[in-house]
Amino acid sequence: MQITPLGDSAVILHVRETFDEAPNETLDEVLGYSDFLRQAHLPGVIEVAPAYTTVALFYDPVRAVAAGADPNAVFEWVAARVQTEIANGSIRLKRSPGSAIEIPICYDQKFAVDLDEVTSHVGLTAEQVIEMHSGAEYRVSCLGFAPGFPYLSGLPPELATPRRPVPRKQIPAGSVGIGGNQTGIYPTTSPGGWNIIGRTPVRLFTPQKNPPALLCAGDIVRFRPITLHEFDELAG
Amino acid sequence: MRFGMKINVRHAGFITLVQDSGRIGFRRFGVSVGGALDPHALRIANLLVENEEGAAGLEITLGGFRAHFDDRRLVAWCGGGFDVQIGSVSLPPGHVGAIDPGEELVIGPPRTGCRAWLAISGGIEVPKILESRSTDLRSEIGGLDGRALRAGDVIPLGRHTNGADEVAGLLRKDKVSAWSAPANWTSTARSSPVLRYVRGSDWDRFDPSAYDLLEHQIFTVTQDSNRMGVRLDGPFLWRKDYNDLISQPVAPGTIQVPPNAKPILLLGDCQTIGGYPKIAHVITVDLALAAQLRPGDSVRFREVSLPEAHKLLFQRERDLGLFRVGLEARAA
Repeated sequence: MQITPLGDSAVILHVRETFDEAPNETLDEVLGYSDFLRQAHLPGVIEVAPAYTTVALFYDPVRAVAAGADPNAVFEWVAARVQTEIANGSIRLKRSPGSAIEIPICYDQKFAVDLDEVTSHVGLTAEQVIEMHSGAEYRVSCLGFAPGFPYLSGLPPELATPRRPVPRKQIPAGSVGIGGNQTGIYPTTSPGGWNIIGRTPVRLFTPQKNPPALLCAGDIVRFRPITLHEFDELAG
Repeated sequence: MRFGMKINVRHAGFITLVQDSGRIGFRRFGVSVGGALDPHALRIANLLVENEEGAAGLEITLGGFRAHFDDRRLVAWCGGGFDVQIGSVSLPPGHVGAIDPGEELVIGPPRTGCRAWLAISGGIEVPKILESRSTDLRSEIGGLDGRALRAGDVIPLGRHTNGADEVAGLLRKDKVSAWSAPANWTSTARSSPVLRYVRGSDWDRFDPSAYDLLEHQIFTVTQDSNRMGVRLDGPFLWRKDYNDLISQPVAPGTIQVPPNAKPILLLGDCQTIGGYPKIAHVITVDLALAAQLRPGDSVRFREVSLPEAHKLLFQRERDLGLFRVGLEARAA
């Protein structure tokens, strides 16, 4: 498996070449490697994080040398340790969990500020878009962009809509958007370019908890449409 | 020196943040590392006031900071070209000052550079969030309710060490130490700095003209730069193709190039993943220089090999070891 440097304090393990061709198998494999390498506690490695097709291992070069790395070949040493660990270990694929986490979403026009753009782009009615969006099953491919922001694969291809040409300066926390062939939820108020079609009252990022994210890479997600009234009740 | 003592902020300045050595271990949840943009500067300042190296201090951007303390504390700072005063006495970078209750600590606007890191003996003791006291403005966590300081804020300090008491004893008459940390660590603002880089994994995706431009041309820091990244104007770094890339991990130091061909140098608050090609990475020891860049500054880049980047880091670490021994000797 190819390993390349990410600057002078990290390496990237390239698990697969592509993602969209086989999202589930790729995720199972990448998350399997990520968990395995995190639990391996390799000397000098301080953090392991997956992203779609790759796994990053962040290391402290000083600690790597203290653990025996040749100071002139630290990257090669770290890469060799990772390769050896993979060769000698048994990587368990991260199978998708059987049950889905249900996220209530209010698609009311009060929140769905870009629903018109989506309907005109995809050529469906608002009702059809909502029905298809809430009828599909999704999987969290990756967390990123912002803390706890889930990139969800599994969007019905008919709903794919390009990102807005100019990102909005402020998108409220809980906003649900479509960006290309992915959907996602903004956990905190932030700028963003996805087309907003609803909002959830559920908190996706709670820094006081560990893990701080409600949804983690590999999780299965379904959306349940709720009314504005239900939204207000759930939001408390 | 008692527990429960505080810093009282009179003027918070442009952006002043509680920062420590960063939030490690939560990238897989999309949480940035953050922390002091020049972790080495904060580390040196902490060592000078007898704190743990990773203790929380203040990152002061563009100065304008005034505060006083409840009890006698040691303070030290590193960073850009700031004038720092304890009452009427000047505290140069990398020196240790003792500040008494009621005396004012004043940090003026910088002549050069843009940030300073201030350590206070005992460290700042705001609650840890996800194992760090660092302020993350985007997530609104850490520091004081995840925000920049404001006038009137009261910041809790920890109990400081016996070592700090000893050093304070040594300073009783002089107020500011005669000894100091090496100047190249404590004064990190440079005019037209040269940032050294190693090649990025997408190097081969760029048109060969980009290599020459990155290595030899001058880039200018634009207005929309912040703790997430430094946006650069200058020559266009074109790619060979414009295929969409799958998002991959990025890190502070990564130089990514969006389709407009203008590079962005990522800093501590950068996102955890990115979909733009990575042409290069600024090496760890030069992040200190990058953290001083402000809009309008010019900057150049120079390639080094990965072993060279590591060698420079190890050299700094060895020098730091010697510096620590020197600090221990001062009380003897």
